[in-house]
Amino acid sequence: MTPVLYRVEARHQELADTVTIRIAPIAGQLADPKPGQFEMLLAFGVGEVPISISGLGNGSGELEHTIRSVGAVTKALCTTAVGDVIGVRGPFGVGWDLDRATGHDLLIVAGGLGLAPLRPAMLEALTNRHRFGRLVLLVGARDPGSLMFVRELEQWRGRFDIDVAVTVDAAPPSWRGDVGVVTKLLSRAPVDFGNTTAVVCGPEVMMRFVAAGLADRGVPPGQILLSMERNMRCAIGHCGHCQLGPEFVCKDGPVFPWDRMEKLMLVRER
Amino acid sequence: MKSIRDLLGEHLLFRDFHPDLLELMAGCGHNVHFAAGEQILTEGAPANEFYLIRSGKASVGVTVPNRGTVLIETLGPDEVIGVSWPFPPYRWEFSSTAIDPTSAIAMDAECLRNKCDQEPLLGYQVFKSFARLMRDRLQATRLQLLDLYGNHAG
Repeated sequence: MTPVLYRVEARHQELADTVTIRIAPIAGQLADPKPGQFEMLLAFGVGEVPISISGLGNGSGELEHTIRSVGAVTKALCTTAVGDVIGVRGPFGVGWDLDRATGHDLLIVAGGLGLAPLRPAMLEALTNRHRFGRLVLLVGARDPGSLMFVRELEQWRGRFDIDVAVTVDAAPPSWRGDVGVVTKLLSRAPVDFGNTTAVVCGPEVMMRFVAAGLADRGVPPGQILLSMERNMRCAIGHCGHCQLGPEFVCKDGPVFPWDRMEKLMLVRER
Repeated sequence: MKSIRDLLGEHLLFRDFHPDLLELMAGCGHNVHFAAGEQILTEGAPANEFYLIRSGKASVGVTVPNRGTVLIETLGPDEVIGVSWPFPPYRWEFSSTAIDPTSAIAMDAECLRNKCDQEPLLGYQVFKSFARLMRDRLQATRLQLLDLYGNHAG
């Protein structure tokens, strides 16, 4: 699969090491992705990395990707300027299946950068608000300065038809919000746990504790969806780098239900 | 108006307790209310009362030289302010302040310790509940120590 050329239309510095870029096709465009899918972004001359989609173009062909600078390729992508060209392959993988949440309460749990892949799910849920019961977003971050999409978070908090709670691991005395791990917010989530679909994204350890906490509270394990991140290279299940037991994270995931991941999450990444 | 026994039975910590045990504990409790900004616990002070939050929000912090009070966590409804009360020397190790107006059931620590000593079943249930609470807090502390959301790129 050959990369398609996209131009950087806008960039927003989310955090010191994290950037959201909005890209548009130059000639020809990829299929419209679904929330939770990812794409392979190519920084020419440097390499290619899998990056979740953090914003859908709603048919315009434009896409948003939120990238943290952790290596050579992500650093190159984070330093792109408006007008620069990158290569894109995708969309890949299984996204958030919000259809299974129809008629249920929908609980979205984000940890750190995990809010980025969940943002399209949140926006889709808001567009189709009538399909769900209670809509609850729980966000955990390192500190108040590490919160992303702050303007949207503030907008969402101001709505009467959703509940948003934010907690941070560390905070200055001036912080009026919650302090503590995101799992602490679960018991306060105003949902009917037995009739809830949960979508969770964040560091694997955080997701493991959140999923276990949700299962303890009565959420059916098949209704707890996690977005896994393993060493993905080809994105089509051929190279085996991301294989986890019988699953290829790139092709069978990255979104999996907890009942398929509970034991596999204990497998160490090579 | 709900009795202390009823309120104890509604709190997450004691929700599964037998009514007889709730009745036994109820004599140690009374309702309290803290205004926003009011000090609830002071580190080093005697652990005479602990609090079962019914509504509101409180901070837990510790004084660090040159840094003032460092915020460690916030506590809300169904949580507990003060876990040092069962153990000698019965002093608070952290401070707590009401962030929002906070209503709670105040439990007399000495009264409950005595009742736990006199009635082993109550003692076992209370300590089992507090052991779970401490397990949860230890787990949360370990997750915070991991700095999960930091950029740990080599």
